[in-house]
Amino acid sequence: MLRLLNLELQKLLLNRASKVLIFVSFILPFTVLILSSIKINFFGFFTLELGELGIFNFPIIWHITTFFAAQFKFFFAIVVVSMIGNEYSNKTIKQNLIDGLSKKEFILSKFYTIVFFSLVATILIAVASFCIGMYYSSYTEASIIFRETDFLVAYFVKLVAFFTLCLFFGMLVKRSAFALAFLFILYILEYIVLGLITWQSNYELAEKIQNFFPLKSMYKLIDQPFQRVMMTKFPDKMDLTYNYAVHWYEIVIVLCWTALFLFLSYRILKNRDL
Amino acid sequence: MESILTINNLTKKFGYLTAVKDLSFTIKKGNVYGILGPNGSGKSTTLGIVLNVVNKTQGDFKWFDGTVSTHDALKKVGAIIERPNFYPYMTASQNLKLVCKIKGVDYSKIEEKLAVVGLEDRKDHKFNTYSLGMKQRLAIASALLNDPEILILDEPTNGLDPQGIHQIRKIIQDIAAKGTTILLASHLLDEVEKVCSHVVVLRKGEKLYSGRVDEMISSHGFFELKAEKQEDLIKLLESNTTFKNIKVENGLITAFLNAPMDATDFNKLMFEKGIVLSHLVQRKESLEEQFLQLTDNN
Repeated sequence: MLRLLNLELQKLLLNRASKVLIFVSFILPFTVLILSSIKINFFGFFTLELGELGIFNFPIIWHITTFFAAQFKFFFAIVVVSMIGNEYSNKTIKQNLIDGLSKKEFILSKFYTIVFFSLVATILIAVASFCIGMYYSSYTEASIIFRETDFLVAYFVKLVAFFTLCLFFGMLVKRSAFALAFLFILYILEYIVLGLITWQSNYELAEKIQNFFPLKSMYKLIDQPFQRVMMTKFPDKMDLTYNYAVHWYEIVIVLCWTALFLFLSYRILKNRDL
Repeated sequence: MESILTINNLTKKFGYLTAVKDLSFTIKKGNVYGILGPNGSGKSTTLGIVLNVVNKTQGDFKWFDGTVSTHDALKKVGAIIERPNFYPYMTASQNLKLVCKIKGVDYSKIEEKLAVVGLEDRKDHKFNTYSLGMKQRLAIASALLNDPEILILDEPTNGLDPQGIHQIRKIIQDIAAKGTTILLASHLLDEVEKVCSHVVVLRKGEKLYSGRVDEMISSHGFFELKAEKQEDLIKLLESNTTFKNIKVENGLITAFLNAPMDATDFNKLMFEKGIVLSHLVQRKESLEEQFLQLTDNN
């Protein structure tokens, strides 16, 4: 396993374009996080301090940071599709197989890299959230700090699933740009199907079904936190309540998609003549 | 003799097209094999199948004694197919390091093999700055990294200039001299003739011949002759049953043999008959002539 990871890391880190993108995908969420945590003085007119809103309180901070950091996953998605696209355009995939890498090992080396980067991203976000939380949070008892750290698990699963989907599209179309276009098409397609089901029956059923779709199920892992922030501000408004927790069945759905995409990527490569 | 690769009834179909048809042959250790065939005769497809990049339709093949999986067997094989494929943004030594990681070879081999192909000075230059000849030499270095049991080369001199062709051919001959088994696919016949001891001839995916180069067609060769008394010579040759046909071109008589005959015996015979030869050469058909004869007959 380490051999395969090592192999892929060499391919990625010696490539300037992917090195920059990896760097950006890690640094950008941090910059945003740190910028938002400091007090910004708008030329003496007013000061903006997001910390005052209570969004950096434990345990809500886990929810907020993972939700926003997940929006930056697109940068690493480019790295994932290009690491497949480049193998095809340089024909190095063929050479790798001739040199004695099995098709299974080839897919696994990509997958391990995805897991590795997702893990690093999760750990970084965990550490950063913890530090900012310790600084701002009004509550610092261990039981409160570590409540809702399941958002971190959800974040990790979400990243792995999303990048595995990119891997699958990369294997399917061989070209990075087209693979990204496919992602976009899938996104639209999910909404078209949602619309179709709504038209045929009703919105509630349609939304329930949509929660099983790949992109939507990944999104559902970490629900949007805005409503929750509102809830904390106006605790008496009952119509704002919604279920924002991470549910085990949501994780199961996403893990099933991940397994399916990984398997399909392998099947595509296995049946393809290079 | 130990066999390295055995192919049994291998067939590959691309849709309607049958690229390889019921092909069987065996590669034995220590020989230099050539796979001959015109473009599109299934050479590269056959190599692709045994190298794990093309899926077979029918039949089977086994590497060595058949106990190891194909991708593990390939770690003991060195292969170059068509164009050299490397990561353009990596230097030569970084590219070779990656191959070492795949094959499980020690990094110390990198310097050694780069020296074999004469690329030591350029090892820290990026692959995309290389000329085609250098790329091809790097590919050979990469294929040699694991000191392979067999070296597979598919059109290694394609697209190279005469110097490049000469360099590659020299490297191949050196490797062959060390006793490494080589499988060389090419449509350049003199290339195969210069280095190979055995050939497999393919046409439209079918095997026409496999065996030693010199036994490819049942021929005893021919004499090229010149003499003062040309008419007498021709008359004499025509009356002799050892010769099947006689050709005269620009004053040069070519007499094809029916049965083996030594040049010394022939010369003696002529002298006894009172004919003095001014030119006598005994030759066998070149591989090209043999190949054309073989592919036309079938």
